[in-house]
Amino acid sequence: MPSDMPENVKPKGPIGRFLAAPADGVGKTIIVAVSLCLVASLVVSAAAVSLRPTQKVNEVRNMRINVLQVAGVYDPEVSVDEAFAAFEPQVLNLKTGAFSTDFDVASFDDEAAAEDPALSRALDEDPAGIGRQALYRTVYILRDDVGAVDKVVLPIHGYGLWSTLYGFIAIEENGNDIFGLQFYQHAETPGLGAEVDNPRWRAQWNGKELRTDDGELAITVAKSVPAAGPDYHIDALAGATLTSVGVNNLVRFWLGEEGYAPFLNTLKEGGV
Amino acid sequence: MPQTRREMLVDPMVDNNPITLQVLGICSALAVTSSLQVAAVMSLAVIFVTAFSSFFISILRNQIPGSIRIIVQMVIIASLVIIVDQFLSAYAYEISKTLSVFVGLIITNCIVMGRAEAFAMKNEPIPSFIDGIGNGLGYGLILMLVGVVRELFGSGSLFGITVLETVNNGGWYVPNGLLLLPPSAFFVIGLIIWAFRTWKPEQVEEREYKIQVVEAH
Repeated sequence: MPSDMPENVKPKGPIGRFLAAPADGVGKTIIVAVSLCLVASLVVSAAAVSLRPTQKVNEVRNMRINVLQVAGVYDPEVSVDEAFAAFEPQVLNLKTGAFSTDFDVASFDDEAAAEDPALSRALDEDPAGIGRQALYRTVYILRDDVGAVDKVVLPIHGYGLWSTLYGFIAIEENGNDIFGLQFYQHAETPGLGAEVDNPRWRAQWNGKELRTDDGELAITVAKSVPAAGPDYHIDALAGATLTSVGVNNLVRFWLGEEGYAPFLNTLKEGGV
Repeated sequence: MPQTRREMLVDPMVDNNPITLQVLGICSALAVTSSLQVAAVMSLAVIFVTAFSSFFISILRNQIPGSIRIIVQMVIIASLVIIVDQFLSAYAYEISKTLSVFVGLIITNCIVMGRAEAFAMKNEPIPSFIDGIGNGLGYGLILMLVGVVRELFGSGSLFGITVLETVNNGGWYVPNGLLLLPPSAFFVIGLIIWAFRTWKPEQVEEREYKIQVVEAH
C-alpha cells in the first residue's frame, strides 16, 4: 500500500512513526482495530443517548395512538393528547383485580415495574415467554357520557418468533367480548409474522368472545376452529406459525387467571 | 474511470448505475419501493451512508491493515447506519417503522461495500465522498423510478397524494395489487435495465457462451 509520506522526510514523534509504519504489522493491526472500535462505539453511543428523549416522546405518542386505535376512537384530525384525555388510566393490581391507589398513575413506569423484584414475580409457567410478570399494570378505561364503562384497554405482551410483541387488547364492558387487538411494537418477519399488523387480520378479533358460558377460556389463534366454536376462533397467519402460536399464548396468558381474569370478573359484575 | 468530479457524480446515474449495470442493492430496492415517501427516505439514508463511509474509509486507507480491512469497513459502515437509524426513529418515527429492518440492512447493501472496497481504498477522501454521493444518487434514482411505477399503479397515488381515484374510494381506477408486492419490483427493474441498455447499447454484456457452428465436410 502506498504511503502519503515522502521517502526522505523522517517521521516525527511516536504518532508520526506509528502512522508511517507499514499497515500490516501485528501491533498496528491490533491498535487500529481497538482504536477504531473505541471511536465507533463512542460515536454510536453519543447518537443513541442524545436522541433518546426525542425517541421516547415518539414512543409515548405512538403508544397513545395505539390505545385510541384499538378502542376504535382514533381520528387523525383530533390531537392525540386531546383524544387520549378521554381515557382514564388506572394502575391495576393484577392479583386482586382492583385498582391500586399505592401509585401515582401519571408517573407509574410499567417497564421499570416489570423488572423491580418488589413489583414483579418470576413465572414458573411462562407460556408467553416474558420471564417476569409485573404485579401492577397501567390499564385504560373508556367511559360513556354517564360514566359507565364502555371499553377497557389492557396492555399485553409476549414472545413471537424473533421478538417480544407489545400490544393492547380492548374488551367490552361485559368483560368477555373483544373489541380489538393491536400490536404497537414487534420485530416479526416483514410480510409473514408482521402481518399481525394487517388491518384485515386484526378485524377478525372484533366481536370474538373470551370465555364460553361455562367460564372456560376458549379464545384461540389457530389454523382450525376450536371445539368451543367459531366465536372463539382467530384464524392463524399463513406462513407465520410461530408468530401465531406466540400471539395465541400471550393472549391466553394475559386474559387467563395469571393475567386479567380477576379484573375482568370485577368488570363483569359491574364493580369498575 | 471517470475523471472530473462532475463525471464522478453523474456517471453512476446512468452510465455506471449500481442497480442497472452492476446489479447491486436489489434486495432493498424490492422491499422499500411500494411507496415513494419510503423510497425517498431510504435513498437519502443510502446516499448519506455511502458518501460518509467512503470518506472516512478513504481518510484511513493507508492505515487500514489489509488483513482486517473488510471488518474495518464494516465497523465504519455499521456505525453510520446505526446513527441514521437513531435519527430516523427520533425525527421520522412513522417512516422508520415502515422501513424497519431495511435501514439496518444498508450495512449489507453491496453498493456501500462495493464503493468502499473498489474506490475509497484507492482514492483521496474528497473524490471518494463525491463518488459515494454519486452512487447513492444512482441507487436513489432507480428507487424513485420503481417507486413512481409501483405507487402510481399499485395504489393510485404519488407521495401519498391521490392521482388515480381508486374503486375502493369511489373512483374508477382498479389498482394493480401485484405492484404492491415485492416481486413486481423485479419486473419494473428489469424493464428499466432493458430501457437503459436499448438507450446505451454499450452496457449490454457479452454473452458467456457462443453458439458453435459445426462446419460441414
